[in-house]
Amino acid sequence: MVGSKHPWKAWLYLSPAIILLLIFTVWPIINTVRMAFLEGYNSMAVAGGAKFEIGISNFTNVIKYKGFINCLTNTMLLCVLTVPISTILALVISVCLNAIKPLRRMLQTIFFLPYVTNSIAIGMVFAAMFNMVGNNFGRPNEILITAGIINNIIEFFGGEAINWINVGSTKLANMTVMVIYIVWNALPFKILVLLGGLQSVNKQYYDAAKVDGTSRFRTFTRITVPLLSPMITYVVITGFIGGFKEYSSIVGIFGEKMGPPGTNQSTNLNTMVGFIYDNLTNQQGRASAAALILFGIIFVVTMLNLHISKKNTHY
Amino acid sequence: MTDQKFLVFEKNIEREKSRQRVMRILVQVFLYLFLIIMALIIVFPFYFMLISSVKELAEYRLPQQTLWPNKIVFHNYVEAFHTANLGTLFSNTLYVGLVSTALSLVITVITAFAFARLEFKGKNAMFAALLATMMIPGELFTITNYQTVSDFLGFRTLGRELGSGDLIAMGDWKNTFTVLIVPFLVSVFYIYLLRQNFLQIPNELYLAAKVDGTSDIKYLWKVMIPLALPTLISITILKMMGAWNSYMWPQLVANDEAHRLITNGLRNAFTTTSGDVNIPVQMAAVAIVSAPLFLVFIFLRKYIMKGVSRSGIKG
Repeated sequence: MVGSKHPWKAWLYLSPAIILLLIFTVWPIINTVRMAFLEGYNSMAVAGGAKFEIGISNFTNVIKYKGFINCLTNTMLLCVLTVPISTILALVISVCLNAIKPLRRMLQTIFFLPYVTNSIAIGMVFAAMFNMVGNNFGRPNEILITAGIINNIIEFFGGEAINWINVGSTKLANMTVMVIYIVWNALPFKILVLLGGLQSVNKQYYDAAKVDGTSRFRTFTRITVPLLSPMITYVVITGFIGGFKEYSSIVGIFGEKMGPPGTNQSTNLNTMVGFIYDNLTNQQGRASAAALILFGIIFVVTMLNLHISKKNTHY
Repeated sequence: MTDQKFLVFEKNIEREKSRQRVMRILVQVFLYLFLIIMALIIVFPFYFMLISSVKELAEYRLPQQTLWPNKIVFHNYVEAFHTANLGTLFSNTLYVGLVSTALSLVITVITAFAFARLEFKGKNAMFAALLATMMIPGELFTITNYQTVSDFLGFRTLGRELGSGDLIAMGDWKNTFTVLIVPFLVSVFYIYLLRQNFLQIPNELYLAAKVDGTSDIKYLWKVMIPLALPTLISITILKMMGAWNSYMWPQLVANDEAHRLITNGLRNAFTTTSGDVNIPVQMAAVAIVSAPLFLVFIFLRKYIMKGVSRSGIKG
């Protein structure tokens, strides 16, 4: 490293970044903590000249709030369902891709396609695929015009049409649609990382396994997975972080109401991030408390993942 | 070993060999079958979007959806373009994307240069602090940033008290392009990425340039930037895609006709996704919005995949 005679020069180069970071990153961190611990903080009261006591009532109120519990369970459920499904599926696809030669590049490109899409826009496509066109669902005078392409496919295989996202649809059906969409959306990144990892695995391990007559399945569980464990850890951690911040994919399918028409804040599919946004403009104390809880959860899950993977990672 | 025994032995080997060959072919067939089915599932939403966008509404509403339109029409695209006012949305998004990318690149380059090449007190501590902020979910910043841009440094409040329109305008950034650009100019992740790249360039080059009396800026421009070009291209693409896909912040702070960006514009133009809505027009709008992303992907796939595999973030 070069010892510069002019340390002011370094600070000059850094100044734009530092000024912007102070305003838009450092101050928000301080301010969020401040607002979260001022009881009942909100901007209306601030304008009215109110004084706030220091305390944890924002946190206790948020946790008692029915809408928040719904948001928390939805977020957790989406994480617990989508992260394992997408990781396993991506792992299987990557291993298969790695085992073929012709068409590999083309298939690889196809599997990457969902990444370069806009989650709101393609959410609208998924909504259309699951949408039933008709009126008065679930009532005696129900009129059904078209059940939607997914229901057409289900009926083709002898199943029965399901009300996925329309008025009166069950939460199970809504969640299923969300899980399918999120997994579809999460696959490309995971495949990219895992396939990259597979291609850098030393071929000697596989040759040795072949000589010993090891079965394919055993090779997969005893060689591939352990050697890939750093990449698997990476996609699981980023998957959980992304999962806890799930928001726009739900807006894409259900719109800003975060659920089919007729649902409310304790029955819809709102998430943690959605809860923060709902309270952001006039209940800043509550929103800040929720944001800190979200940060806490992400932090704990990440540390947990790192801890578990440290025990099981083989380099 | 008698001749006969030897023959039997050889036959067994032959049989085993052909058995293995059949197995290998079977496995390959199975692999291709699985991968092709998965690939079809992955592309199906895009296919559905395209065929639906060229269907007449009457055809879309048939009880049994057609997998290929009976009659291909393009008027949905014209209608989508006008309904969603896509022309304005495109130019707004392009403007915000280009300006923020350009400014962000300048800041990223000089900051990364300072961290990679210059020596100053507290450098490592500061860099570590920067990296630590990456763990915090962006929503935590949004709460305060929303307040900041509504009343920047208290100018709006001051302007109100003094009755000065200029001061109010300085404080209230809402519904301007500034508010969409400035808060996101510094990306710690891009600084980190570029710094790593800069560090790989041998220090001797810098010393030689110093001996020759080359200025820092000239050295940056002539040596470091050309060497780090692939990283810079990745950053540019990801930043542009970020502008294209950003939803929540624009929705929150610049949702007026003149400054609306493409994603929230699309969502606002088609608020309902379930029930009896004109889906062919929606699908046409989605297709128009997705097209630039696909074009970028086709031509710059290498850079996107490289940037993405290292970032784990979308946009």
